[in-house]
Amino acid sequence: MPEKARLMQGNEACTMAAIAAGLEFYAGYPITPSTEIAEICAEELPKVGGKFIQMEDEIGSISACIGASLTGAKAMTATSGPGFSLMQESIGYASLCEIPVVIIDVQRVGPSTGMPTSPAQGDLMQVRWGTHGDHPIIALAPGNVKECYELTFRAFELSEKYRVPVVVLTDEVIGHMREKVVLPDSEGYTIPRRAMPQSPAGYKPYAADPQGGVPLMAPFGTGYRWHCTGLFHDENGAPSSKPAVASALMRRLNLKIESKADELADCVAEGLEDCDIAVVSFGSSAMAALSAVRRSRSEGDKVGMLRLKTIWPFPSATVQRLLAPAKKILVPEMNLGQLALEIERAAGCERPVIRLGKVNGELFHPDEVFAAIKEAF
Amino acid sequence: MAEFLSYFRQDRLPHIWCPGCGNGTVTGALIRAIDKLGLDKNNIVVVSGIGCSSRAVGYLDFDTLHTTHGRAIAFATGVKLARPRLKVIVITGDGDSAAIGGNHLIHAARRNIDITTIIINNNIYGMTSGQASPMTPHGMLGTTAPYGNVEYNFDLCELAKAAGATYVARATTYHYVLLEDLISKALMHKGFAVVEALSQCPTYFGRKNKIGGAVDTLNWIKEQTVNVKAAAALPAEKRAGKILIGELHSVEKAEFTQQYLELIARVQRANPTYARNKGVPGCELNSD
Repeated sequence: MPEKARLMQGNEACTMAAIAAGLEFYAGYPITPSTEIAEICAEELPKVGGKFIQMEDEIGSISACIGASLTGAKAMTATSGPGFSLMQESIGYASLCEIPVVIIDVQRVGPSTGMPTSPAQGDLMQVRWGTHGDHPIIALAPGNVKECYELTFRAFELSEKYRVPVVVLTDEVIGHMREKVVLPDSEGYTIPRRAMPQSPAGYKPYAADPQGGVPLMAPFGTGYRWHCTGLFHDENGAPSSKPAVASALMRRLNLKIESKADELADCVAEGLEDCDIAVVSFGSSAMAALSAVRRSRSEGDKVGMLRLKTIWPFPSATVQRLLAPAKKILVPEMNLGQLALEIERAAGCERPVIRLGKVNGELFHPDEVFAAIKEAF
Repeated sequence: MAEFLSYFRQDRLPHIWCPGCGNGTVTGALIRAIDKLGLDKNNIVVVSGIGCSSRAVGYLDFDTLHTTHGRAIAFATGVKLARPRLKVIVITGDGDSAAIGGNHLIHAARRNIDITTIIINNNIYGMTSGQASPMTPHGMLGTTAPYGNVEYNFDLCELAKAAGATYVARATTYHYVLLEDLISKALMHKGFAVVEALSQCPTYFGRKNKIGGAVDTLNWIKEQTVNVKAAAALPAEKRAGKILIGELHSVEKAEFTQQYLELIARVQRANPTYARNKGVPGCELNSD
């Protein structure tokens, strides 16, 4: 075990996990603070027979990933705010056409060019609603380097299983922070792989099993000869503008993920059982928040901490249950209250949800969160 | 005729194109070229973007990919690099490839990736009913150029050639035999191949510009063109303003995906003990 211990940064951990999960194809465009992911892929993927391509922009990057995924290859791209904005249309395509793809979004301060080398968490809503139309998406938020590895691996599992784009939502600090990580042992582990049909005879590319709502995906070039279109389509993949077809497709697509919200819920709770004040956060903000919460508790205050690792689908029921004892909820985040909105929606009723937003490119200091907790009492 | 129908998803017909549209002619030329070459249906992926011409893929019995506007070549790049054994064909229009997708066109050409790109150029945005495109000639009309187009159009073939495409050809829906022949050659070419098919949109371009119906628009296209071989013998004043058709550029150059496969082989030879790090989703962290 010790020989596998590595000092690595979050971006590197994401990449190592992707390769471990069977990444075969990476297309990307340089952008701070995600670029290391592209650089490592360029170097490492050929060693395992995988492909790397630097595309002409982020629109091309996500498009090439979707094309590769259609042939059965596991595909990933990485970017940050401005590039993530450019990718949105084709993310919607992958969502509608149910094509697995993993996107690492290493958040930086925005809007626009913003502060490219500083951390932020302002993409929380963009990751959910960035593309037009109701659509399913999964977003996971690592809180340290170890979780960059675990959640990127998980992103591939979920993307393959549900045929949905999965975003790993990190930030400049999580991406560039270095920690000692012991890579897991590979023995007995199976690389995630999407379910495939057995025979081209009678294959309907969008006929979903009624249980899970996920159709079987035939790789291009294997004799199935199916049509993939961003137009609304029927079970056969034929374009359709019939209201009944459109409605059935949209409801199945969205239910496929929303119905799994609690199953997909992943969070770390501490001291919530008897708390008066609950602090809810994610990503690098949660590091300072946890430190502040522990200090408050050591001083005898009833404060608990909830850190979300699954952001979308939003784990409303889980959050509601865990936050039940709290009289007030404090939400430190590096934006002006995007997570707080969801907390208000899921668990707010008649309890104040206090926004502690920070958008100056600096991390929270534990003292700031500590002071906010004091003030909340 | 019947043997060509087997290349179509007959349950998806009739198509949505207007009477007199040239898209069917170009699609027919592609199918006949594929048939003549005896390409394996199961090894072909046809990719398109958005627009009238891009709807062709929905009718074809291959693995087909109808993508977002302008991105067909980028999607196709992913398909081809992931699985270089596949024959990847792009069908796109002038708006799709020269406006919103222009960046992908020139970069695919620069890479010399083995994709056959057929650009159906009807000088107009047909799907959205007649707006000027980057291929609307100077002075002509579109609904967004109601007083005449004050912009200039590209020479798409010169553009593709300058960007690095290794096979470039142009034909028209009038010169059908030539079109089929050039598509065949493009399909056999190893590298980025562009065939521009000048095509008629009688509904919007022909009518708006008072050219007339489908046959008149077809003749209007024909009269502007001269074969590249014939042009060589013409005096300069007779060539002026003419659009060259025929094979315009064909060179041999190492192809992108082939070079990448060679790169993989080279890297793997240099790293013989490298094994894919198969991980499990649960690693240890020595600090909290």
